[in-house]
Amino acid sequence: MNAAEIVSALKQKFGEAVLSTVVAHGEHTLNVTLAQVKNLLRYCRDEMDFDYLVDVSSLDNLGEEPRFEMVYEIYGYSHAQHLRVKAKVSEDQSVPTVSDLWPTADWHEREVYDMMGIDFEGHPDLRRILMWEGYPFFPLRKDFPLEGKPSDMPDVAFSGVAPMADGPFVTCSGGDDTIAREPRSRKPV
Amino acid sequence: MVAPVQTDAAYDSKIEGNIIFTRVDAAINWMRKNSLWPMPMGLACCAIELMATGASRFDIARFGAEVMRFSPRQADVMIVAGTVTYKMALAVKRVWDQMPEPKWCIAMGACASSGGMYRSYAVLQGIDHLIPVDVYISGCPPRPEALLEGLMRLQRKIETESSLYEQKKELIEALA
Repeated sequence: MNAAEIVSALKQKFGEAVLSTVVAHGEHTLNVTLAQVKNLLRYCRDEMDFDYLVDVSSLDNLGEEPRFEMVYEIYGYSHAQHLRVKAKVSEDQSVPTVSDLWPTADWHEREVYDMMGIDFEGHPDLRRILMWEGYPFFPLRKDFPLEGKPSDMPDVAFSGVAPMADGPFVTCSGGDDTIAREPRSRKPV
Repeated sequence: MVAPVQTDAAYDSKIEGNIIFTRVDAAINWMRKNSLWPMPMGLACCAIELMATGASRFDIARFGAEVMRFSPRQADVMIVAGTVTYKMALAVKRVWDQMPEPKWCIAMGACASSGGMYRSYAVLQGIDHLIPVDVYISGCPPRPEALLEGLMRLQRKIETESSLYEQKKELIEALA
């Protein structure tokens, strides 16, 4: 069974819940409803032999509604097929945890919670994983500046705004020379 | 032949050459600077250079600083080697607070000195925001020679300190 056949089987099984499918660079993506995403992932694990959860990540489509999007990358060692499952989440919704399906999702979901502020229903230990306990912001949201915002730190008492000197130090493709391609700094667009 | 006069004088030829005259400060500083036990705070790639400095080619033992123990209570100098994230900053501060006086700090590399290339919400922009730094070492990461140079600078700084006064401040002020 290849990925295309798996996708059509899932479409048949879940019907309306599969909103659309995308094939890009030979990779198959299913956009599904949040209500059915866990059932679909469970079905993939139990019936389709997707025994490996490669990654759980999230997107912030600021200005759109629903704002967030969950992304699950799954893989099966027996058939060597990869599948991407996406589900849109609005700001007041929480996502059912998949850490009971794949234990590896525990820390991935903690990271999503830490960086994006998406809640997971039924997660056994939903704490921040990268930032410290009590940090008030979610740094990977689009409306959060790279240099950070001032906040309190217990016992250390501050975390300041990093000096950016006109923006992140990045390279731009397509410049004529290295001065244009690799500026000392560049204002964010 | 006249027998030598027996006296109870303090001078004893047996210990001649084993006595030196110096100031207490100079003696204390000399001892301190030649047995700087580092607390290795290796947080990123600078720690690799720190390890190289400890190994045989560069041999930090030549400067009496080979006793790298992960115990702040036996340490004299904290070598902050690497990027200090805010989350780690809490731990660095806690370890620093556990080190007994007198203590010194070397900020090794660009990140520990100023945040380096990490201009971001997650990184402390220089360990000197948190603990007092004696020597800053530039480089990304600095070569072991640079760390040894920093250590020698620290030794030179220790030579100039008024150790006795700092240690017995209250007593000296009470006597005065």
